[in-house]
This record gives sequence, C-alpha cells and structure tokens, in this order.
Amino acid sequence: MYAFDYTRPTSVADAVATLASDSDATVLAGGMTLIPTLKQRLAQPSQLVDLGALPGLAGIRREGDTLIIGAMTRHADVARSEIVAAALPALAALADGIGDAQVRHRGTIGGSIVNHDPAADYPSAVLGLGATVVTDRRQIAADDFFTGLFATALEEGEIVTEVRFPLPKRAAYVKFPNPASRYAVVGVFVAETGSGVRVAVTGAGPGVFRAGNFEAALTASFTPKAVEGLVWSADDLNSDMHASAGYRAHLIGVLAKRAVATIA
Amino acid sequence: MTTLSVSLTVNGKKVSADVEPRTLLVQLLRENLHLTGTHVGCDTSQCGACTVHVNGDSVKSCTILAAQADGADVRTIEGLAQAGVLHAVQEAFREHHGLQCGFCTPGMVMSSADLLVKNPNPSEHEIRTWLEGNICRCTGYHNIVKAVQHAAQTLRQTAQAAE
Repeated sequence: MYAFDYTRPTSVADAVATLASDSDATVLAGGMTLIPTLKQRLAQPSQLVDLGALPGLAGIRREGDTLIIGAMTRHADVARSEIVAAALPALAALADGIGDAQVRHRGTIGGSIVNHDPAADYPSAVLGLGATVVTDRRQIAADDFFTGLFATALEEGEIVTEVRFPLPKRAAYVKFPNPASRYAVVGVFVAETGSGVRVAVTGAGPGVFRAGNFEAALTASFTPKAVEGLVWSADDLNSDMHASAGYRAHLIGVLAKRAVATIA
Repeated sequence: MTTLSVSLTVNGKKVSADVEPRTLLVQLLRENLHLTGTHVGCDTSQCGACTVHVNGDSVKSCTILAAQADGADVRTIEGLAQAGVLHAVQEAFREHHGLQCGFCTPGMVMSSADLLVKNPNPSEHEIRTWLEGNICRCTGYHNIVKAVQHAAQTLRQTAQAAE
C-alpha cells in the first residue's frame, strides 16, 4: 500500500467536511474492496475517512411498508436480522450469499452499492425493488443511482447514509456464483412491487440493469412459463475468462425463470 | 508520514502500539505483538489463514487496518486454549487429524469456533458453506468437516452438562 492518512470522524457532518476539504480523500466503509485495491497499489488516496465510528449509520428498521437499512450495516447483520427475514426474505438470502462469512462480517451495504462492482449482489436488490438511496444531502431513486461501470450518481464527497426498500408483494434473487469469489457471474432479482414487476440483472453487463422484456412478460403473467424462451441480447454483455457474453445472456433467462419459480 | 496510536484488547490483554495508518491488523499481531500463530497465506483476502475474531466475529486480519480495530476485542489462535486446555475445536482437529501441513489450521480453527458459537448444531452443508472463506490445499476438507462436527457435539454436551 502507498502511505495515506487516516481519520475516523464521529459525525456524518465531520466526515463530509473532511471529504470536502480534500478531494483526494476516500471513504472507507467495510473495506472489503478498498483494502485489497490499496494493497495492489491500484489507488492512492491522500487519506481514508473511516465511517466505522458512526453508529448511527448501522442498523435495520421497518417503518410501515418500508425497510430501512443503514449504510454501514454489515452483510451478516442483514442476513441474520429477524426484521429482514420477516419483511424481505429475498434480501436476507442475498446478503447471506455474498462472499464468505469473514467478508460478510466486514462488508457493508453502503460500500457495496457505492462501489457498484458490475458483479456485486446488492445493486440488483436496490434496482430490482426500486429502492431509494439516502445521502447526507438528498434522496436518489435507484433508477438514477447506478450510472455505469463502478460509477454512481454520487457527487464528490457525498456519503450514503441509508437505503430505503419499499416492501414488495414478493421477490426473489437467484445468482450463478463464481465458485472461487462468490461474485455473481450473473444474478437476477425479480420483484412484484406496488408499482409493477421489476427485473434487475447484475454480473452480466457493465453495471446492474433492468430487463424490460422480462418485466413485460411477467407483468402479463407472473409465472415461470411466461419467461420461457425469452432472450436478452448478448451484444452489450461482459465476456471474460469466467463466461462468454452469450453464456451470460443465456443465464439471464435461466436464472429469471428460477427466481420466478421460487415465488410464483 | 503520520503514525496513529491504537489500543485494543488482544486475547484478554490490553495492548497499545504506534502504527502507520496503512498497517494491517495482521501486521500488528505478528510484527508488533509477535503473535505469529495467525498466518498470512494469500495476502489477498481469499484464503482465510489469517482469520481472527474481532468483537466476536471471524474476520480476515489481512483485510482490516489496525486503525479500524482500535478499541476492539481481538482473539487469535493463541488465545483460544484456556488454562492450558485446548478449545474443543482444537482438540477435535487433533483427534480427527483435520490438517496435513497445518498452515491453514489457525484460520480453520478460528473460523470453525465462530461458527459453533453462532450455530451450535450445524449440518455438514452448513459447515462446508461457512468454511468457504478458508482454503486448505492439502486435505480435501474431509477431516476438517469431521473435526467441526465432533467439536460441535462436544460443545453441546458441555453446554448441556452445565445446565
């Protein structure tokens, strides 16, 4: 690692002020991506602003038909939360499948969605459920939040404080995990929400995206049969040592059908 | 470059050290505190040989800064045995020979001990799933899983006897 300075603010306002005063500073959440990145010298921040001492940013609560998860809430806490299990079991199952036990003890929902790794699990739930990302200064709809490869709508120095998930009628997430990393080669999040059916795909493209033709088919009939034979074009999908674009396109159909089958 | 003063509890003892911000917890444990039972295998947060408990949760100490562990309660493999008596997981790894070269063993033991606190009666599938973050290149995991099953049984019997 290159050398850096380290601060551990005790309020969101202090964290935002530090980031505003130093454009080369970086936020440290759980560190499950950032620390390996630093170790490989792929980033050289002037300082890390560790959000680990902001207890107000971690926690899970339900307000009516909304599940609210603090940005610094760890995957393990979401996975074993009774509130999440009762309100949104698909999200608990998703969190339980991220990385491995040790990673789930450090990694956070805020860190995952802000990093927007194209193979991360959480972005599919945020987009698939039409969640709202709350920051220190505003609220951002999921449809506007993920803007591209490792990119989001966040401004410089903006901090995510919580994610608000409107509870769906039913939802499921199925992924084809890379056997080594457990990242999604492809993952599909299917939800029947108050504002219609949403299908979000991770792992396949340069970032999480919605599959419009699958949403239309499931709106007409929420059954596994409805998505049988549906095709998503391989044109803009990822091709790498793990899977070709064509294979990923095929997996989208297979996993969407499996996800629907678990809740139809 | 600046240094930070960190204070934490390691195996029940309060310790402090002045470290660079980029110092990893595993470096603090091995190089400052000379607790070399915690191994560095891959150094890329994959193999789990460096697993320790931080505030009761198994984490990879090569992927957490010492500064992040400031104020934390840390337990390493050296702190698992109590008063010279091996922890049930350690005893079970010995009994079932849950190792060959032994390099991954500290991490395997720490990870398994954490599992059995959270899930005292895991199925074989749950054990194998939990240990996905610990890589062993010798054993094929068979005796490791047997050891964890045996330790789970021992710990349940001990808990029952205490009631």
